[in-house]
Amino acid sequence: MKVSVIVFPGSNCDRDIKVALTASLGSAPDMVWHGVTKLPETDLIVVPGGFSYGDYLRAGAMAAHSPVMREVVVRANAGVPVLGICNGFQILTEAGLLPGVLMRNAALKFICKDVFLKVENANTIFTSGYYQGQVIRIPIAHHDGNYETDCETLDILESNGQIAFRYCDKMGELTEDANCNGSLANIAGITNHSHNVLGMMPHPERQIDLLQGGTDGKALFDGLLNSVV
Amino acid sequence: MKAKIHVTLKPDVLDPQGKAVQHALGSLGFTGIGEVRQGKYIEIDLCEKDRGIAEENVKKMCSKLLANTVIENYTIEIAE
Repeated sequence: MKVSVIVFPGSNCDRDIKVALTASLGSAPDMVWHGVTKLPETDLIVVPGGFSYGDYLRAGAMAAHSPVMREVVVRANAGVPVLGICNGFQILTEAGLLPGVLMRNAALKFICKDVFLKVENANTIFTSGYYQGQVIRIPIAHHDGNYETDCETLDILESNGQIAFRYCDKMGELTEDANCNGSLANIAGITNHSHNVLGMMPHPERQIDLLQGGTDGKALFDGLLNSVV
Repeated sequence: MKAKIHVTLKPDVLDPQGKAVQHALGSLGFTGIGEVRQGKYIEIDLCEKDRGIAEENVKKMCSKLLANTVIENYTIEIAE
């Protein structure tokens, strides 16, 4: 299986994702610079976190128009799985691959901590390593993770099973307190309509080894690689 | 020609930054402060001589990159 990790100027989770993918896959992914116009043959594309282009204009706005993103959009529309984490999620919304937008956190603060997530749809290639309703602990580290969309789109997300993860408390309750950044309907991660594109604010690649305090993130990569092969 | 562009959050979108500015102004002792909304101002120098074409081009720039029309509105003023 071949994986491509897109690297932008300002990406800073690309090496972490490489470690996570290598651990699950057994071989290293291709690291693809944003300036290329041709992607290698690939079974999975990962858009990592960071601060591409220094978050100029809007988080993800500049990266979404990088040369390589045209190819990412074409591949995504052809059914190739695309995973966007944190800044990667912001880039995928700006590129039009996912609906909605990530606004400044409601409390205006950069938040870096472990949060609990409820797996809302375990029936996707990205979440097959979890069971429906499972509560997992994954870190977040962002300033703009406050998911927002219109009511009509939210209805579609809900009814089409596109909400992959929601912020919850330790018991899995979707409380306001657990909704760390003020996201609409506690949304932490969504898929596109055909479920081959996932964007999520939390960082599963930072929870793949007991040395990091847990392995809840590893299940995502293991499940994903099993589903895609 | 110069394009002067204002990008603002749509009226029904919550603006936490504007709210924080509003509170800060209040705590500095400024009274009579109503709602504060924060946006962006962008200036672009244009080589185009035709005003209509210039405006059309800037509109495309706004919808494609300068504004995220899911949450933002924009206004364009073309100045000589």
